[in-house]
Amino acid sequence: MTVIRTLDKDKMDVAEGSYAVAHAVKVCRPNVISAYPITPQTHIVEDLSQFMADGEISNCEYINVESEFSALSALVGSAAAGARCYSATTSQGLELMHEVLFNVSGMRLPVVMTIANRAVSAPINIWNDHQDSISQRDTGWIQMYAEDLQEISDMTAQAYKVAEDKDVMMPAMTCMDGFILSHVYEPLVLLEQDLVDEYLPAYEPEFTLDPKNPLTFGAFADPTAYTEFRYLQQQAMDNALPKIEEAANEFYEIFGRYYGGLIDEYETEDADIILMAMGSLVGTIRDVVDKLRAKGVKAGLLKVRTFRPFPAEAIKNAIKDAKVVVALDKNISLGLNEGSLFTETKASLYNTKVDVPIVGRMIGHGGRDIPEKTIEDIVEEAKGIISSGINTESKYADLKEELL
Amino acid sequence: MSIQLGGVCEPGTTRVNKTGAWRTFRPVYDYDKCIKCKLCELLCPDMAVLPRDDGFFEFDYDYCKGCGICANECPKDAIEMVLEEK
Repeated sequence: MTVIRTLDKDKMDVAEGSYAVAHAVKVCRPNVISAYPITPQTHIVEDLSQFMADGEISNCEYINVESEFSALSALVGSAAAGARCYSATTSQGLELMHEVLFNVSGMRLPVVMTIANRAVSAPINIWNDHQDSISQRDTGWIQMYAEDLQEISDMTAQAYKVAEDKDVMMPAMTCMDGFILSHVYEPLVLLEQDLVDEYLPAYEPEFTLDPKNPLTFGAFADPTAYTEFRYLQQQAMDNALPKIEEAANEFYEIFGRYYGGLIDEYETEDADIILMAMGSLVGTIRDVVDKLRAKGVKAGLLKVRTFRPFPAEAIKNAIKDAKVVVALDKNISLGLNEGSLFTETKASLYNTKVDVPIVGRMIGHGGRDIPEKTIEDIVEEAKGIISSGINTESKYADLKEELL
Repeated sequence: MSIQLGGVCEPGTTRVNKTGAWRTFRPVYDYDKCIKCKLCELLCPDMAVLPRDDGFFEFDYDYCKGCGICANECPKDAIEMVLEEK
């Protein structure tokens, strides 16, 4: 199934990405929102603040905190007390949360947070890439990446659905490209309150912090038990794989909109060349694939929607019959010279019978525009790999040699 | 016993983890010097200073980690930190 949108024009609005997300959070009925501003996420918490001031979110505390570290720490206590919790951040703010991210996951608190993806300093850069959230991939948070405003808006409800599932109980990051999605206006259906109430049940955790029934949260685990805690977290991630698919399918049944669960495929069935990507870049590739198909080039797109848990099996099935695969990454592991989508896809294929050549191309770092021409050049190079093998496994595809 | 979600447990379970074995120096009272001022009891971060019926105090060596705050703060130098030896 590919992207499906039966959009009722009477229900459509034109809204900024940040507003769409703030509205989505509102209709998910949060109980605690912690807010600390950082570009390009600020509009989200500003809009939520306005909703609070206008009395549009009932039974909710909005907490202004003094740092991102505090923003997430406040949610640790709130979520333990049984609140549905939300915050949003990006870049250095997300990196400041690093320590707390582990705590939220380890304590199995299903906090949902929007990341307006932005490059990390230094040099300071406020524009989009995925280095901030990819750098947090091992913290035990579900990570999903949206292609456009309708998807990031709808993904918010899906994230709560998966995170709060009793077989999962893990926090989730919903990632939207900073500025490219957070600040753009698009026509969309703002998440519908009545349908969300049908889709998303109230959060009822098994344990809550309550003075009337004292419990200890966040106790220590010595070497006799720590390994088992980590094992259970991994098990929860494994459980999340089918739950993410279910959440997407159920969302489709109720809302009539679908973007894939773990992955989505476009023109991959008979494709020789498959491009893999996450986030808004997927939309650009869709257009390039259309153009190439019109010229008879058998190109296809694999959109990786969920990065954690990593959908290795779904990816393998999608690319197994291709002649070459190119993973596009808006991040780099310095010292490896690879983006993570490339590294992990390659690694997940190693002990399998699938033997497709796969290369990595890093593009669009620090907000560098990705015109269709860049993608077309990558496809052109990929054609050469089919005939004469891999020349360069991983590199920047849009490097300006003249600046070096 | 199995791990509950997120490690949530009944309060007071840290009593099971006797932390006295972490200690390098053990605090020992000199009751001739002690004036029962209670500073050691107040300042002990592990609640390992227990009051006795006679107004003096004694250490709970099951949990005292030997941090030495009590000895450092005692206004009468009535607590000596003695190296733990086998």
